Amino acid sequence: MRGNPYLFAAYAATWIIHIVYLGTIVSRYSRLKREIEDLKKPGVRS
Amino acid sequence: MKRAFPILGVLTAILLSYALYEALIGAPTEQTMGDVQRIFYYHVPSAWTAFILFFINFIASIQYLVRSNPQTDRFASYAAVIVGLVLFVVPFFVTLPEGMRPSSVATTGVLITGLYFLIRRLFSHPDTDVLAITSAEVGVVFSLVNLVTGPIWARPVWGIWWTWDWRLTSTLVMWLIYVSYLMLRRFSSSGETPLLAAALAVLGALCVPFVYFSIWFFRTQHPQPVMGGGGSIDPRMWHALLINWLAFSCFAFLVCWSRYRLERLQRDVDEAHAMESLSDPRESVR
Repeated sequence: MRGNPYLFAAYAATWIIHIVYLGTIVSRYSRLKREIEDLKKPGVRS
Repeated sequence: MKRAFPILGVLTAILLSYALYEALIGAPTEQTMGDVQRIFYYHVPSAWTAFILFFINFIASIQYLVRSNPQTDRFASYAAVIVGLVLFVVPFFVTLPEGMRPSSVATTGVLITGLYFLIRRLFSHPDTDVLAITSAEVGVVFSLVNLVTGPIWARPVWGIWWTWDWRLTSTLVMWLIYVSYLMLRRFSSSGETPLLAAALAVLGALCVPFVYFSIWFFRTQHPQPVMGGGGSIDPRMWHALLINWLAFSCFAFLVCWSRYRLERLQRDVDEAHAMESLSDPRESVR
């Protein structure tokens, strides 16, 4: 298989889209974890 | 269940690596298009995975709408069996469009009924709404991959990035419908939102078979189907295609699992905030 810029672009775009989406899931999960920690602390409002 | 996730994650990573090897090295080079044809091993499985996820969204939305009432629930269950039976039997007695196999339509019928009762058994009524939003969001991501990789393949092969033919346009419209579904879920805080979204999802699902069958019913620039149709490809290409589909399906399953847990957690936190507001009168004044 020779290097083909279109092939590389398509495969790279696929994984960039998936990684960015996974990143949004991780960041939303971290934010929720912080909210849960805040809820557990007595007298602290988020 | 917590232990199963990392094990499945490692297995999926191995499968994705093997699938990548098969797509780039294992499969033979296509004679006319050359290496650019290998985009097909990501483009097609992404589309199939998106279709399955939109289909799950459709069934989950239907169940969210009908399961609040025992009568509509019973009616929908009968309808699922009848649709499955019709699709299983009728294709063998009617003339289908050229290239469409009766066995493919019959298998689809069995899958529709099977998936309907599987979701009914595994998910409670409120959880069908969580499943619907999860499958729609992950489906939009896979459909986006399909929409991005298609033009990258088209540029060197057709000489253009995009053309407004039936398959491409209907895929874009389907993607926009599901994006609007997600926008509705994200930005509307009304108590009726899940019901409205479920109704929109049912409408959006009508697009899925239209997108899939558009290349049978209309003369389009898009290549003819390789599955369920009359196309024939090299067995090693088939192998690479199916391995990539399996790998992407496992990956989609894991992403859906994470997103499903996130949505459940989000609802628990929202509920805790609501309870806290009720228990603290100063909060409701603010």
